[in-house]
Amino acid sequence: MAKKSHVQTTINGESVEFLCEPRQSLLEVLRDELHLTGAKEGCNNGNCGACSVILDGRLVNSCLVLGVEIEGKSVETIEGLADPEKLHPIQDAFLENAALQCGICTPGIIMSAKALLDNNPKPTEYEVRYWLAGNLCRCTGYDKIVRAVLDAAEAT
Amino acid sequence: MAENKDYKVIGTRPIRHDGVDKVTGRAIYGADFQITGLLHGRVLRSPHAHARILSIDTSRAEALPGVKGIVTGDDLPAAEDKMADLGEGAVSLKYLCDNILASDKALYRGHAIAAVAAISPHIAEEACQLIDVEYEVLTPVMEVRQAMEADAPLLHEGLKTSSLGETSEESSNVASHIQHKKGDIEKGFAEADIVIDREFVTGTVHQGYIEPHNATAHYNQDGQLTVWCSTQGAFTVREQLAEILQYPISKIKVVPLEIGGGFGGKINVYIKPVAALLAKKTGKPVKVLMNRADVFEGTGPTPASFITVKMGATKDGKITAAQTSMAFEAGAYPGSPVGAGAMCIFAPYNIDNVLIDGYDVVVNKPKSAPYRAPGATNAAFGSETVIDELAEELNIDALELRLMNGAKEGDHRADGPVYPRIGFIETLEAAKEHPHYSSENGKTHHGRGIASGFWFNIGLESSVTISVNPDGTINLVEGSTDIGGTRASIAMQAAEVLGIPAESVNPSVVDTNSIGYTAVTGGSRTTFATGYAAYEAAQDVKRQMIERAAKLWDVDEANVQFADGEFSSINGKEEQISFRDLSGRLSETGGPVVGRATVDPPGAGGAFATHVVDVAVDVETGKVEILRYTATQDAGKAIHPSYVEGQIQGGVVQGIGWALNEEYIYNEEGTMTNASFLDYRMPTCLDLPMIDAVIVEVPNPGHPYGVRGVGEVPIVPPPAAIANAIYDAVGVRMDELPMSPDRLLKAMGKI
Repeated sequence: MAKKSHVQTTINGESVEFLCEPRQSLLEVLRDELHLTGAKEGCNNGNCGACSVILDGRLVNSCLVLGVEIEGKSVETIEGLADPEKLHPIQDAFLENAALQCGICTPGIIMSAKALLDNNPKPTEYEVRYWLAGNLCRCTGYDKIVRAVLDAAEAT
Repeated sequence: MAENKDYKVIGTRPIRHDGVDKVTGRAIYGADFQITGLLHGRVLRSPHAHARILSIDTSRAEALPGVKGIVTGDDLPAAEDKMADLGEGAVSLKYLCDNILASDKALYRGHAIAAVAAISPHIAEEACQLIDVEYEVLTPVMEVRQAMEADAPLLHEGLKTSSLGETSEESSNVASHIQHKKGDIEKGFAEADIVIDREFVTGTVHQGYIEPHNATAHYNQDGQLTVWCSTQGAFTVREQLAEILQYPISKIKVVPLEIGGGFGGKINVYIKPVAALLAKKTGKPVKVLMNRADVFEGTGPTPASFITVKMGATKDGKITAAQTSMAFEAGAYPGSPVGAGAMCIFAPYNIDNVLIDGYDVVVNKPKSAPYRAPGATNAAFGSETVIDELAEELNIDALELRLMNGAKEGDHRADGPVYPRIGFIETLEAAKEHPHYSSENGKTHHGRGIASGFWFNIGLESSVTISVNPDGTINLVEGSTDIGGTRASIAMQAAEVLGIPAESVNPSVVDTNSIGYTAVTGGSRTTFATGYAAYEAAQDVKRQMIERAAKLWDVDEANVQFADGEFSSINGKEEQISFRDLSGRLSETGGPVVGRATVDPPGAGGAFATHVVDVAVDVETGKVEILRYTATQDAGKAIHPSYVEGQIQGGVVQGIGWALNEEYIYNEEGTMTNASFLDYRMPTCLDLPMIDAVIVEVPNPGHPYGVRGVGEVPIVPPPAAIANAIYDAVGVRMDELPMSPDRLLKAMGKI
């Protein structure tokens, strides 16, 4: 077992320190070391997007980033999206549109949608579909997800 | 029995009760579970599709620091070959156990051979690589027709064919042969002016849920085994664990955590008994997770199949005869859904003369598991394509031909059941009236296709308890794991009875110690059967609340009525109290009110669907694009229309994936070469248009609110509808799934 490294980073606006093995992915660190289990493992090889988080403003699959790589960076996860009193408009839109069934892909898709709307606040349907193509959902057929993201864009 | 009235809650679209937890990342799914002292398990899987296991040496793995325990098939209680009762039918216990950890033979690539518990998942994985297994590699049998040949290599030396009540002398890969007969098939074909006889092949596909299987198990010192997991049915997990581990059912508690998709694939257990064995061996809680390749290679796909369909019709469009032979790949152990496929294949039509033969055949692939309307999609690809061809030959519109022959109340299926009120014709009419059906569709290489589908739906047992809170809300406790919003659809049925808003119900899905037996979330049964139990439990609450009102007012119970959430006295005293206010006065009228119900409702009512699809075929590449999709479906009564639409849209898209690109691609050694999401390639949102879900409501007489299960039938029509659209676009009949670009180019003679 390799020696653990000390990492100092920012997660959801809070300064965080942790120890991790060099081989541990950011997804493993979030889930197993920091108990932020909102990011899900669906494939562990970047195919499904269930572990999507935002790293320094950029959407990433956290299973493809090493824990040690986030030293000095800033990570946004699903746990940091809502205010204590109020959901984020994307979260509200997902509930209003019934845009989730089992919900396992939902945190990743919501983070992906946030990264889209941060960069392109009024996307077309095609742009939403293009952007979300890296996030697999097996339950919904995507119809209500696409509508939810378009609604959230309207609301913000 | 279905009530016909204006509903207050049913048919509305409230926010689902578990919604906030699921959009904030707070919901705890199986893999998210944590417990003190946890070890991590990993399963070693066979690299061969068919091999005898000569020896397993775990000594090098045991020596790795951090390894705490290793188990193999020898750690399973010696399984005598008896039939295990799992509530939904008996299965061979030896087969059940061998699929958990192989004993003598590895029967598919990915078959579990041994498992390690260690202090981290990485160490467990390293240890697996240090287990030395000596195999004698055997020739794999990878295809159903090959497996049925007399000289095919045998998977199970002792497997005999059970055929129409007889058992064969010789061993075979054919586990069983079933048959349904109606009328006189020869006479039916003799009456036909046109007969179409075709062969179809469908590929092996996976349910494709995004959450891999998971299990955490712990034995207490008093022998109590607790298993935390995601599953479609906590009670079926308990039953399977009791049989496989030969352990008392009363000493097993299964705690269902949130589940990330199932579609039938999370009914069978795989790693749950392995986690239990490792927990027993180490004395510590052990969590076992699958990775994505494990899921593809080690868990139930739905079978590939070879199907012949022969149908005859008169010139004026009456279908006089229908015959099929369906051979399904069971995977490594018997139990394909050929029986369900046989029940569904010609079910949408009233045909006087039918002959259906089905064969359950073992091959060196993972043991098949249910997948959304199991067997019916394979079957409909054949029958609904042949009907399209019949319509063309007869020069009758394909939708009209279906209307002319469509099954109605009183007609009976080839396998026996007589239909109660059903809504097949209404789905056809809804499709016909939809603007999509009459829209322009004349561009070169564009085509339109239609197809219909049937799924019988099931009832089975469900239990619900309801306790009344002092503020007029209720706590509803149920045992149906919620895969797609059923907390809401069940809660809404109780709310309707009690005249309270959906938001006044707190639904909880609980463990096997905390509610009466409840069958799996499957068979499109949950909103129907557990909803039925919620309705009855709410009726029980209502009866008790009427007693309380009578006591409060000192009147006879017969003089208390309840409507629109208000209790009132009739005959004399003019008293009135709301459900909410009476809830606050339970202490003074006799104490808490708890309602309960258990049901096993027989009248699930069949589900029918008709789909219309427009495609564009790129004749250079063979790629098929879905341009427009409309799905009409009889939901009986849609409790929460958004989630009914969601079921339809999701089922359609799984069907599109099955139709156009999903399949297990094997090499000559029997290794799946595309065991990742990238290479298996399920539909992404960029591959799809919006899916127009049209809910038709023909109330099911077997449910108080007319509910029919909706989850499964939407996957049935898409492959046939798309095949028919491809024919309309480019004039070739596709007879093999998936209709991938290479197959389409071959069919068009381009390669």
